[in-house]
Amino acid sequence: MAEALARITEISGLGMIQIRAVLSETGPDIAQALGIPIPERTGTSLAGARRLCWMSPDELLLVLPRDQVAPALAALAASLAGRHALVLDVSDMRVGFLVQGPSAGQVLAKLTPANLSAMPQDGMLRSRAAQVACAIWRQDEGFAIIGFRSVADYLRALLVNAASAGTSLDPR
Amino acid sequence: MLTLTCPCCGITADETELHPGGEAHLKRVGPGSSAEAFETYLFARSNPKGVHFERWRHAYGCGKWFLAARCTATLEVFGTYLAQNAAPPPEILAAIRARRPDWTPTAIAPRDPEPAERPNE
Repeated sequence: MAEALARITEISGLGMIQIRAVLSETGPDIAQALGIPIPERTGTSLAGARRLCWMSPDELLLVLPRDQVAPALAALAASLAGRHALVLDVSDMRVGFLVQGPSAGQVLAKLTPANLSAMPQDGMLRSRAAQVACAIWRQDEGFAIIGFRSVADYLRALLVNAASAGTSLDPR
Repeated sequence: MLTLTCPCCGITADETELHPGGEAHLKRVGPGSSAEAFETYLFARSNPKGVHFERWRHAYGCGKWFLAARCTATLEVFGTYLAQNAAPPPEILAAIRARRPDWTPTAIAPRDPEPAERPNE
């Protein structure tokens, strides 16, 4: 039997912190509190196990191991105290999947209208996977995709189905 | 298929990733306006065959509203620009005139002295 196009695994222990602020004013403080530079537009910046993602002109998403959420949250809150900003633990809001393998791009290409090949190595793309919102970045030998936890089952089924054996997009 | 480039995040998004917001550059009348004027503001919309200014939201991306100038007949996109513009910026008008020399702007609200405060989008 043919092999699946990619391995789909749920990321366990994923923590996320949403940061909403005027980045032109608070960016340096956020970067200092986290020890990660503020990413470029639609980019991500990486420091160890932490990834800071640009979500929109006034929003960042910090993706990090679940057990580091509390100290990071405290550091952010301290550095932004008294400023017009929002820092929130949204770890339970979203679910993450790893799509790994040489054909991982094909799995996602079936589900999203976005041009993944145009995404830079350190980029993050917000788009949709079939009917639900998602965000995609490159990780290891494939991609990581996050979506809302309320549609986690749908997203998992989508990915597993798109990765079904014998459904490669390569010309035969 | 319509693809628009979001001026807020620079992503070229497919129509299915966007949410349409209708005609752009509407100017609210009142308070104290006549009922007829308010009805016009609420319901009367231009429906041109040709150049049209529209509001769009990058719903499956950065979530921001932006404005687009496009042709309703050919789906040609002349440009997109930030929603903070009260009227089409000069470069958009120039792009339209380059492609539609006989086009004349009609019924575009005059530019406000101060852009209106926008609440959280």
